[in-house]
Amino acid sequence: MTTNIEQKVNETWGQPFVDEAKISIRNMDVFYADKQAVFDVNLDIAKHEVIALIGPSGCGKSTFLRCLNRMNDTIPICRVEGDISLDGENIYANEMDPVLLRARVGMVFQKPNPFPKSVYENVAYGPRLHGLALNRAELDEIVVTSLKKAGLYNEVKNRLHSIATGLSGGQQQRLCIARTIAISPEVILMDEPASALDPIATAIIEELIDELRKNYTIAIVTHSMQQAARVSQRTAYFHLGRIIEVGETSQIFTNPQHELTENYITGRIG
Amino acid sequence: MNNTEQIKKSLNKRYRKEKRFRFLSLLAVLIGFACLFILLVDMLVKALPAFIQTEVKLDIHFSQEKLGIATHFDPEELQNANFRGLIKQSLQQLFPTVHKRSDKRAMMRLISVDAEYRLRDKLQAEPHLLGQTVQIWLLVDDDVDTYLKSDKQFGRVSQEQIAWITELEQQERFQKRFNYWFFQTGDSREPELAGILGAVMGSFYTLLVTLLLSFPIGVMAAVYLEEFAPRNRWIDFIEVNINNLAAVPSIVFGLLGLAVFINFFGLPRSAPLVGGIVLALMTLPTIIIASRSAIKAVSPSMREAALGLGASKIQVAFHHVVPLAMPGILTGTIIGLAQALGETAPLLMIGMVAFIVDIPQGATDAATVLPVQIYLWADSPERAFVAKTAAAILVLMLFLAVMNGLAVWLRKKFERRW
Ligand SMILES: Nc1ncnc2c1ncn2[C@@H]1O[C@H](COP(=O)(O)OP(=O)(O)OP(=O)(O)O)[C@@H](O)[C@H]1O
Ligand SMILES: [Mg+2]
Repeated sequence: MTTNIEQKVNETWGQPFVDEAKISIRNMDVFYADKQAVFDVNLDIAKHEVIALIGPSGCGKSTFLRCLNRMNDTIPICRVEGDISLDGENIYANEMDPVLLRARVGMVFQKPNPFPKSVYENVAYGPRLHGLALNRAELDEIVVTSLKKAGLYNEVKNRLHSIATGLSGGQQQRLCIARTIAISPEVILMDEPASALDPIATAIIEELIDELRKNYTIAIVTHSMQQAARVSQRTAYFHLGRIIEVGETSQIFTNPQHELTENYITGRIG
Repeated sequence: MNNTEQIKKSLNKRYRKEKRFRFLSLLAVLIGFACLFILLVDMLVKALPAFIQTEVKLDIHFSQEKLGIATHFDPEELQNANFRGLIKQSLQQLFPTVHKRSDKRAMMRLISVDAEYRLRDKLQAEPHLLGQTVQIWLLVDDDVDTYLKSDKQFGRVSQEQIAWITELEQQERFQKRFNYWFFQTGDSREPELAGILGAVMGSFYTLLVTLLLSFPIGVMAAVYLEEFAPRNRWIDFIEVNINNLAAVPSIVFGLLGLAVFINFFGLPRSAPLVGGIVLALMTLPTIIIASRSAIKAVSPSMREAALGLGASKIQVAFHHVVPLAMPGILTGTIIGLAQALGETAPLLMIGMVAFIVDIPQGATDAATVLPVQIYLWADSPERAFVAKTAAAILVLMLFLAVMNGLAVWLRKKFERRW
């Protein structure tokens, strides 16, 4: 059976390609120094879809996600090969400005990382940076709406000007989400946004994701099958740096084609 | 024996170890504190005499004839007027039996050389005193001062002088008062006239130049090396050399200052400007090394958060990294500046050991600095300078304390910046 699996992992099962791709990835390899972390990934992410990335710990989900807005540029030993394009533009081309790219492709990180400033300043930072608000009133408006969307406003409305690192872990994570949506990126990459949240906050975030889908494209890494099933339209299963299978979420969870996918979602590995 | 017992046994041992360690640490703190305390008390006791000065009350007759000026004199005339004669006259009236010339001279030496200038200033301020007799307090010479302060044990005073001093004492013509003069003037050959302000201002201007140069350059260099520099052999080479620079003996920086800034660029000798530049070179490695480790300690997740929102590298550095590293940077800066404040060796080379009376008005005036002033006074033979030296050390420590206080305050401000 092992040989059987090895033969099958070299290609991606399911439907990695779509007609209207927001992001398309072709033959992507990622290396940390000499160690390869992502192997030959081919995938399209469609406009206005939520794609869930699942897979066991250490299989390269975060690495993959961070390539989509060139966050890996900050790691000197990290090398990315292959083509990744956003609306048909190669994001690793010389003409692509990584600063602009990151404003268009926002990211919520695996660990909450609010700035040690006030709650307000955290959310206002992005809009200020890009000059999205013409005056204080507009900025206030952006901050409040973003916090409301992230389901945090009621909890922090009385402490907008106290330090953000004093919030609980889950509150911090929602603050980071609010901070990201405050600049209205076209694509939002979420790396386990709900890992530190209670069921209520998780539900708020999931509702938010559903809501955001109307205007944005979202890629979300999650360890929770239920969450993937609830929020996503498509799901990609990662295994040891490869995408083993991609498909409609309902199909992946009810009728996985690949043995590894089936093992994972039925809880036999990972 | 089960696990719990085993753990209990080892626990006792661990607690004993902990106790011993705590005791030793406390001991170390106490020893350190005691040393500091002894030093401070010793300095304070030694310095105390320098803060008190003896004055003598003389009846001065502003005689027009003796001064050799017109009734309606103009201020110019006072420059050459014989105020010394007035003092001589006054003393003669007190001790009419003194006739020998050498004795008269010895008598004049009881009074500070500064006295005649005080009289001149007095007459200049109040011209109507001409022709009148007034009682005026005048500074005594440092030898008399030392003699009186030391319960008549020391002081280079002769038998005759002792007799006169005793007589003046009986007439209650001596008074002791706070030596505010010490904080208002520059150096002098006469201990009773020597003040610390010249050196304080010299140190102030020197450190200002040092701070203005080394802080921005040091922080910029650290930011570049940590945030922007590519990892290659050139950068490694620069890094190694910055670290080496921190270990270069300070006098070498003085030689460099002399050769480059004074001889080549023709900057003024003995000036705080050059001293400041030299000390800035010396302080730079300290600031760079401290700033780099402070910047390195800023969590990478802060950089990622800002980058992820579309901040450019410069914005990440100056909006987030530098403010977060600022407490550490300030600590490094204050250590560097404290070193610079106490430095004498490089300043010797650029002529900041000169005997300078005037208080510097800017960074290009000739000046000396506190540690050099301490050295100069410690080297002077007059006994009164012993107290002055201790007083200058106290002033130096006060200067340091103020500087540190400022840094602590700034650090607090940055820590609460959100
Ligand atoms: N900065 C790095 N330097 C070197 N290796 C790294 C680095 N980041 C990740 N890796 C390696 O790349 C592989 C993939 O890591 P990645 O963080 O992408 O996994 P993941 O799927 O996100 O796991 P998890 O679910 O635990 O977050 C791992 O083997 C990891 O050791
Ligand atoms: Mg991860």
